[in-house]
Amino acid sequence: MMNLKVNGLNFNYNGIPVLDGINFCVDKGELLAILGPNGAGKTTLLKCLNAIHKPQHGSVLIGERDVFKLSSDDIAKLLGYVPQRVEPSRLSVFDAVLMGRKPHIKWRVRNHDICIVDAALKRLSLNHLSLRFIDQLSGGELQKVSIARALVQEPEVLLLDEPTSSLDLKNQLEILRTVRSIVKGHNVSAIMTMHDLNTAMRYADKFIFLKNGTIFGCGNAKCVTPEIIQNVYGVEVEVEQRNGCPVIHPVEDLNVIDHNHSHSHNHSHENEAIHNQ
Amino acid sequence: MHFDDGQIPAEYAKHIRRKSLYIIAGLFLTVAVFISSIGMGPVSISAPEVLTTLFGNTISKRFDLIIWNIRLPQALTALAAGAGLSVSGAVMQAILRNPLGSPFTLGISHAAAFGAAVSVMILDFGTMASSNVGAVTINSPYLTTAVAFSFSLIATFAIIGISRLRRATPEVMVLSGVALGALFTAGTMFLQYFADDVQLAAIVFWTFGDVARATWTELGIISAVSLIAYIWFTLNRWNFNAIEAGDETAKGLGVKVERVRLTGMLLASLVTSVIVSFLGIIGFVGLVCPHMVRRMIGDDYRFLLPGSCILGAVLLLTADTAARLMLAPNVLPVSVLTAFLGAPIFIWLIIRGNK
Repeated sequence: MMNLKVNGLNFNYNGIPVLDGINFCVDKGELLAILGPNGAGKTTLLKCLNAIHKPQHGSVLIGERDVFKLSSDDIAKLLGYVPQRVEPSRLSVFDAVLMGRKPHIKWRVRNHDICIVDAALKRLSLNHLSLRFIDQLSGGELQKVSIARALVQEPEVLLLDEPTSSLDLKNQLEILRTVRSIVKGHNVSAIMTMHDLNTAMRYADKFIFLKNGTIFGCGNAKCVTPEIIQNVYGVEVEVEQRNGCPVIHPVEDLNVIDHNHSHSHNHSHENEAIHNQ
Repeated sequence: MHFDDGQIPAEYAKHIRRKSLYIIAGLFLTVAVFISSIGMGPVSISAPEVLTTLFGNTISKRFDLIIWNIRLPQALTALAAGAGLSVSGAVMQAILRNPLGSPFTLGISHAAAFGAAVSVMILDFGTMASSNVGAVTINSPYLTTAVAFSFSLIATFAIIGISRLRRATPEVMVLSGVALGALFTAGTMFLQYFADDVQLAAIVFWTFGDVARATWTELGIISAVSLIAYIWFTLNRWNFNAIEAGDETAKGLGVKVERVRLTGMLLASLVTSVIVSFLGIIGFVGLVCPHMVRRMIGDDYRFLLPGSCILGAVLLLTADTAARLMLAPNVLPVSVLTAFLGAPIFIWLIIRGNK
């Protein structure tokens, strides 16, 4: 069942086009990975979906509702956003997650809100840390707090900006496994930007390749071919099946590099400064 | 998405109760300090006598005079100004995401003081005489406040502008505050240079922050403005928590970050301007009190706002009482004492880092 639909999204930043003609949709219970090189507009696209950035053209529909016509509180009830960076402060884990109920809280915190936070903490196995200050947590734990906060917004769609970028391997796998099980278990959707193709291949159902602000390719694991990766990233790779999961590795002879220092890749970095704003 | 298997954890309930207890204890402490402060001075008045007089029963004409005309307005002014400055500091720390933010460290107090000096000396909204108490009589409190506020806005917008730069670390912001403070102090000195000797004595005396000089009207204005600001701050307590977690987190939670930041800075500056134009510059209260509260009950603005308010009020009243009694029969302006106590704590905060 379709959950989120993006129609003809265009976004300019100070007159410079960043996203152009973006169309895609995500079903319930589906995990979508937005892939692409640095500066392709991945994070910008994610922020357009919950109107942190206001696109000049296009619409984002969740069910029948047009996100850009809703109030900011109502948007936060539909889309939970997990940013790349969270500033740690002297707030207990429980209170930090309770903050996610903000769009629902009118004046005071109800018992219902506290129960939801408790359930979300248990769901992410954070309940033993609930009274710890978040400035005492490890990177993985802090990321989980951030995800728990998005969950208690009770959204239809989770947006995650590079959820694994600063985590070690074990935490990466754990976070993505958790996200996936929530998406499947609660029948919601998740959209995440990612750098690591192999972890993306492992946990996502669907992929979007973004290049220079437009969608270069879109589809399930079958669409991830050496050709498309060569085109999007400018890197020659092989895709190999391993235990039913595609694994990508670069075709690159290290001996050649060691003997040829002048060889260099010509990635396009022109938009990077803009996207990182 | 739905979660329905949660319950209220007992330990969280306890955690919230503990914080509420701090607030309630703070309120009791405020009342105790308030009553004993009114009792203390060259004429000692016992607590029951203070209470009897405060409830409107006359014990002696002398006590009535001392309490209603001198000590009560001074104590109430200390409470209101302490609460206002402290809560303004707490809010600035959140919306600039800067632990060193406060009206004093960001130069906003100095800007307001310069504005008030301009209004009194150039625009003639006040009269000056070199009498001991009330060197400067402000004839048009509203206009003086308006001019002080206008000048504080210059500093406020400069600070907001600097905070938007990508690498505006706490240290950069405080250094900018030092620069702004120096600029506006230079402005005040410029006015002093062209003042005649009566005016000069008056303005120098007036730039010391002192809670003794407020009239009942001025106390009313300080309290009203602080109260309105406090109500708005309280309505935004979740927004402050969210902004402290980062702009992106806050925006994802539906917080209109730019609007909250601008309105919050304007209100905090307004409170500062009102206090500074009537009382002079009282430093460090807005910086140190919120930090002491953070140490005790954490960064949660649901508790930090009332906590800062109470501690600011208690500390300024205590400091003022001490300043009155310390060198008796000489009466020190409270700003001298807050600076002596606040400066070392400020340095300690910088050395300890931003956490």
